[in-house]
Amino acid sequence: MQENKEQPSGPGPSERLAEYIDLWWRFLASVKLSVVLLLCLAALSIIGTVVPQNLAGQEYARIYGPFWATLVLVLDLDGMYQSWWFRALLLLLVINIVICSVDRLQSTWKTIFVRHPKFDLNGFRNRRQRHEMDLKVGPAALQAPFERAVGKSFRYRKVVPTENGYAITAEKGRWTRLGVYAVHLSVVVMLLGGLIGSRFGFEGFVAVPEGESADTIQLHGSGQRMRLPFTIRCDAFTVEFYEGTRRPKVYRSRLTIIEGGQEVVQREIEVNQPLYHQRIGIFQSSYGRADGRAPAAAAPREAPDEVTVTLRSAASGMVYTRTVAMGQAIEIPENLGWLVLERFEADADFQGMDLGPAFIGTLTTAEGTSRTVTLPLDYPRFDAMRRGDVVIGVVDGAAGDAAPAERYYTGLQITYDPGVPVVYTGFTLMIIGCWVAFFMSHQRLVVEVTARGDGSRVMVAGTANKNKTGMQVVVERMTEKLTALAEDRQGRS
Amino acid sequence: MAYNSLILSITTFIYGLAGVLYIFAWIFEKPTAGRLATRVTVLAVVANTFGILLRWYESHQLHTGYGYAPLSNLYESLVFFGWTIGVIYLWVEYRYRNKTIGAFAVPLAFLTMAYASLSPDKSIQPLIPALQSNWLIAHVITCFLGYAAFAVAFAVSVMYLIKAGDEKRAAANGGLRMPSALVLDDITHKLVMFGFLFLTVGIITGAVWAKQAWTRYWSWDPKETWSLITWFIYAALLHFRLMRGWRGKRIAVLSIIGFAAVLFTYFGVNFLLSGLHSYA
Ligand code: HEM
Repeated sequence: MQENKEQPSGPGPSERLAEYIDLWWRFLASVKLSVVLLLCLAALSIIGTVVPQNLAGQEYARIYGPFWATLVLVLDLDGMYQSWWFRALLLLLVINIVICSVDRLQSTWKTIFVRHPKFDLNGFRNRRQRHEMDLKVGPAALQAPFERAVGKSFRYRKVVPTENGYAITAEKGRWTRLGVYAVHLSVVVMLLGGLIGSRFGFEGFVAVPEGESADTIQLHGSGQRMRLPFTIRCDAFTVEFYEGTRRPKVYRSRLTIIEGGQEVVQREIEVNQPLYHQRIGIFQSSYGRADGRAPAAAAPREAPDEVTVTLRSAASGMVYTRTVAMGQAIEIPENLGWLVLERFEADADFQGMDLGPAFIGTLTTAEGTSRTVTLPLDYPRFDAMRRGDVVIGVVDGAAGDAAPAERYYTGLQITYDPGVPVVYTGFTLMIIGCWVAFFMSHQRLVVEVTARGDGSRVMVAGTANKNKTGMQVVVERMTEKLTALAEDRQGRS
Repeated sequence: MAYNSLILSITTFIYGLAGVLYIFAWIFEKPTAGRLATRVTVLAVVANTFGILLRWYESHQLHTGYGYAPLSNLYESLVFFGWTIGVIYLWVEYRYRNKTIGAFAVPLAFLTMAYASLSPDKSIQPLIPALQSNWLIAHVITCFLGYAAFAVAFAVSVMYLIKAGDEKRAAANGGLRMPSALVLDDITHKLVMFGFLFLTVGIITGAVWAKQAWTRYWSWDPKETWSLITWFIYAALLHFRLMRGWRGKRIAVLSIIGFAAVLFTYFGVNFLLSGLHSYA
């Protein structure tokens, strides 16, 4: 970054304004600002990884106490990546990038889009790392083979006459100077894509029992219901487990999309293989047994006051139903121990599997050993995996006995994000731009041939805007090649 | 069964031996030990490669349908991390013809593998549906190539800080004296560029995979966010170099901070933040 300091001139009001604008322009174009911004973004982003995000207000009071909780809410730390101040920082970064690019592009443009670039011959002649050799062949005989040799690795080539001979000027990779502009543009493009997505996109969930249809989803965040422009029917759902375990291997749904009474698409989806219809993505995200109650979508995000627990004895096969409050200990019949529901998690996780809302409880056997049990609302038979003496299931509300039904429902995430193509364009631009910026350079080469007695003196020198040691190797190789060519010519004549 | 873990434990010791040889060669300026150290490192990388391939093979033997590329849990990623550090270090040694870097970088490969060996669960666990994706494989490979480049850059930066006061011993001696501060600075920059490119590709492939499996390309979860924090730090480093007079020491310090962020992204997020998140 070149910062050309101009002397302040006369104090006229319009000049003062121009000076003022210039000052701001230089500030907003400076690399110093961008380093500060990048480090600020890095430091501030930490907050959101420490403070849990998007909880209900009273949760913060519980974790941090009333004072700190207020602070969290006032500073938007509960959703900091969407907060106004985080967005303002990103906007400042964008302004910094745009102004810096505009500022520098003018001169880069002139370097790239000229028909005949200027070569400062004296600059090359004075380079410390130039190569010189004396050859026994005159300049005229060398011109054609040298030009050909240089042309093999340098696209642009021009011979300029000098006082006592000529210089072959060559260059390549002028356009690689655009690499960093692509990188910087890509940052703006990705942020734009993100903005489009958050403005015009939606995300929701719907659970469809096998054989049934749905056309309304429940939106994330607001929890509102939204009607889709088509109907999804779940024709079948299957889940396979790995041999000898309860670890799911694959689960898939056969779906039919119905539009205006017509079946327009029929396809199977599974995790990692979503279906897109009208650019709305339908993702396989969960599943469960359809046992008559409304499944996951309607599952409470807040802990219910009371829940119904089913206790299936492995020995007798009997199923007992109890209604319990949080924290209350209940005795399990057949002398199978005690159960306490410890807490409720709106989005429980078990070995990387998203279970949705679940109770976490402690099961104490009659012998007195305790263990934690995870009881997801969406998977009433999940606890069977534990292979204990008792299988515990929970049902919200007073649905009564949750005898396993034969039917499944499929849990579908439905998303629409018109920003994705924009973001992916940014991704591509970023990768290509980084590659070009890091590993390619604008290289210039001068081979000057001067008559000296019967023979000639040859000077080879080169410059590059990056990777100067790499350019050094290019110059050395070229020197060897030209010497060999000249000797070859000498042998023949 | 589990020959792979055995081979990989042996690999750990070979890296350890190589590290000791490099340190010995550097301190006592013994070229023979230096040459031996390089060979032992090559052997370690070969054994490491073999261990990974064997684990892949064994996962396929276990049960039908279990097989997967062994890049999907902490143990496997550590083993792969060791491999990438070994490979990238060997490339740097070949490129810059200097073995002192080995005394700082190869111990990192050893530590990584040793930490992997301590891992309580080395068993082969078949993949849950969300993890069955080629994007995930691309994601892990690119991220760890990036992390390993940052690891070696960290080693070189530490050397830079040691070296900074001591410019006089710059003369090379069979590649057993530390490179000059200028060269160390150049190596750091090269490695950071390489690492930055791969971290960028790693984050992007991760985002594409997340879009497919979890419906969103970015959800600001702690792991994602920390990888972005790391990315910001290295982006800042690349721009630091553009400012006059900011090369050298400050770059070395920033490269060390950047590597700390890598480590936190990799381990800290799992051990500290998830704990905070399972509040109550
Ligand atoms: C997330 C944001 C940014 C990223 C990822 C980024 C990335 C990069 C990369 C990869 C390079 C090439 C570095 C090298 O060749 O060593 C670069 C160079 C540069 N960046 Fe940025 N940058 C960002 C923001 C900015 C901002 C805000 C500015 C504003 C001043 C800026 C100014 C520059 C300049 C002046 C160069 C040097 C260009 C040249 O070598 O001709 N960057 N940037």
